[in-house]
Amino acid sequence: MSSELIQTRPRAHDVRTGDFSRDFVEEISRCQDEPKWMRERRLEAHDAYESLLMPHTADDDEWRRKVDMRTQDYWRRTKRNMRGFNVDDYTPVAFSASETPTSSGITKTRAESKEASSGVIAMVDGSPVESFLSKEIERKGVYFADLNTALKERPDFVRSCFMTKGVTTETQLRSGNIPLRNKFDALHGAFWQGGYLLHVPKGVVVEIPLRVFIALSESGRADLSHTIIVADADSKVTILEEQVSSDGGVAGFHCGAVELFAGQNANVTYVQVQRWNQQVWNFSTQRAIAGRDSRLCWVTGTLGSRLSKLNQTAALEGAGSNVQMLGLTFTHSRQHVDVSTAQEHIAPHTSSDLLYRTVLRDRSQTAWSGNIYVYPDGQHTDAYQKNDNLVLSDRAHADTLPGLEIQAHEVRCTHGATAGPIDKEQVFYLMSRGLSRSQAEKMIVDGFFEPVMDRIPLDSVRGELQDSITQKLTAAK
Amino acid sequence: MSDELVIDDLHVSVEDKPIIKGLNLRIKQGEIHALMGPNGSGKSTLSNALMGHPHYDVDKGTVTFNGAPILELEPNERARLGLFLAFQYPTAIPGVTMANFLRMAVSSVRSENSNGSETTELIPMREFRRELRGKMKQLGVDESFARRYLNDGFSGGEKKRAEILQLAMLEPKVAILDETDSGLDIDAVRIVGESVNQLIGPNLGVLIITHYPRLLNYIRPEYVHVLLDGRIVESGGWELAELLEEKGYDPIREKYGIAATVPDTDGEAEESSAFRG
Repeated sequence: MSSELIQTRPRAHDVRTGDFSRDFVEEISRCQDEPKWMRERRLEAHDAYESLLMPHTADDDEWRRKVDMRTQDYWRRTKRNMRGFNVDDYTPVAFSASETPTSSGITKTRAESKEASSGVIAMVDGSPVESFLSKEIERKGVYFADLNTALKERPDFVRSCFMTKGVTTETQLRSGNIPLRNKFDALHGAFWQGGYLLHVPKGVVVEIPLRVFIALSESGRADLSHTIIVADADSKVTILEEQVSSDGGVAGFHCGAVELFAGQNANVTYVQVQRWNQQVWNFSTQRAIAGRDSRLCWVTGTLGSRLSKLNQTAALEGAGSNVQMLGLTFTHSRQHVDVSTAQEHIAPHTSSDLLYRTVLRDRSQTAWSGNIYVYPDGQHTDAYQKNDNLVLSDRAHADTLPGLEIQAHEVRCTHGATAGPIDKEQVFYLMSRGLSRSQAEKMIVDGFFEPVMDRIPLDSVRGELQDSITQKLTAAK
Repeated sequence: MSDELVIDDLHVSVEDKPIIKGLNLRIKQGEIHALMGPNGSGKSTLSNALMGHPHYDVDKGTVTFNGAPILELEPNERARLGLFLAFQYPTAIPGVTMANFLRMAVSSVRSENSNGSETTELIPMREFRRELRGKMKQLGVDESFARRYLNDGFSGGEKKRAEILQLAMLEPKVAILDETDSGLDIDAVRIVGESVNQLIGPNLGVLIITHYPRLLNYIRPEYVHVLLDGRIVESGGWELAELLEEKGYDPIREKYGIAATVPDTDGEAEESSAFRG
């Protein structure tokens, strides 16, 4: 089905590097025969895009929490490391490609994963190359398709949830009444292409995980894929999304968005593992909305990219909802990873637990700033937040900035952060038992990630992350 | 031929302060030695220097194991030769289970590959589990130990028993027990002492480093040495331990004209803080 889709798509233009114009937005929408409302949303987003400055060129930046001056230092680093980024180097839409794109990196994993998955979607440069859903799951009413297809097949459904209440171009952070607009979100809204929609209907339990591969293959491609996951009441589902790119250090640009909706009493596990190559600029805004009594386990593995800027928000809108946010980041060489998280406790009796652990090597840099927001109605909130950094090199730098904003009085909020080098006594202890220095360090790093790994519910994901960690430990600088 | 640890005229300093000042000692496989000394005499400095802690500088002297000099070797190479240190303060390593760690450690010291390379082949899981279970049973260690993170949240007694379990699994030729009785109540001392007794035999040489003679009630040494101010000043048999039990270190101090260390310049405290890094 998917290959047909690519062939029937009109090829209206050649590759237009750096064309992020309004005309092109209209052309993309027309060529894909999109509904009028989608064209209008794209154009609206494009207006926002035009009106905003690139975060790293603006004095009054979009990403820094303006109320908090402590963020300035780390923001300066991100800004400095973004200087090499120029949006004009990239081509927004991939469907002009003359042949079906491929990416060697994902073929093998895909073939293997098909055995153990309820469904698989694989995309290269925003175009689907594989789409599979087991008959059993399909019969239960689960919808799982790339987003362009979903727009044709389920236009009303997409209309109801696409950038309306999750990620929008308007406000990212409602707390403190600070509207925060992000140029990359606007760019995404105007030029999005690819991604997928997963809809799990009421009461449906998908036991075996669904898997998604999003790949970048060619130089100069932008990937603007959009993830929408809607789990209706009493449903249960696990999704593993992997972002990969061809090796060889080809430059690329990902500007993505993730919208997660957990309905009443739904149980959702969403794992995103990012393994772009070391030349990819990675920007993503992600928002989860947790309904009444829902449970969300949200795992983010960040291993690749030249520079990453993630904005992640869990909005606990339903009473009794519970969100776990787990982060595992390992940077080396000159990688830069900047993550902002928010746990928004909007309804009463909600609980959240965040644990982000980072290991840094070489001259890499990371920044994490996280906030717990408790709204006036968020009585009996129980929120926890912890960021720990293991800095393996003198030249690596980790910034960590936990924060609380509490407007309810009956709450329990705890947070903490640590950063430090590997403990020499631990190394000596392990070496005295026969382990070599590098074996000892590897064991300490593995142990450091263990509290996150321990909570990842999939053996296969743990195994793959473990392999990546081992590779990172021995990778050349 | 049995293996022998030979310490010859050893001088060790910590941050340029001399602690061990010319120490001689020979320990053969199968022998049990006790090294007794008051706080600040250099007991922990000796054990750390023998194992190769980077914080301790050897200024002079040699240490050989079965004839081969070891002072230039990394700690893991010393372990592979058959040297073992049961730490006074075992370091916690969160997230690393005892079982995973021990399997790696046992595989490393038994590996044929002499350079301690990265590609240590792990001993088969079944074989390892069987062996671990056997040793745990022998030492009366609960099997849940295997799943716990290494020394993380362990009580004082549990830490020391974990050290003895490691000793049992790694099967060294010479083991140094650095104040293994410290911080333990009398029941815990008995349990640890009995555990060590189980492991003693013709293939294990033991150096028990201790301040108090009480551990020696359970592990009876053949040789007793007294360490004062960085030197072994007296060596003898069991009667020397009995003398210390009865009269303490003061008569020996007087005999050699060494003043008791003043609390605020206490070498033990300094060693301890250095040890913590």
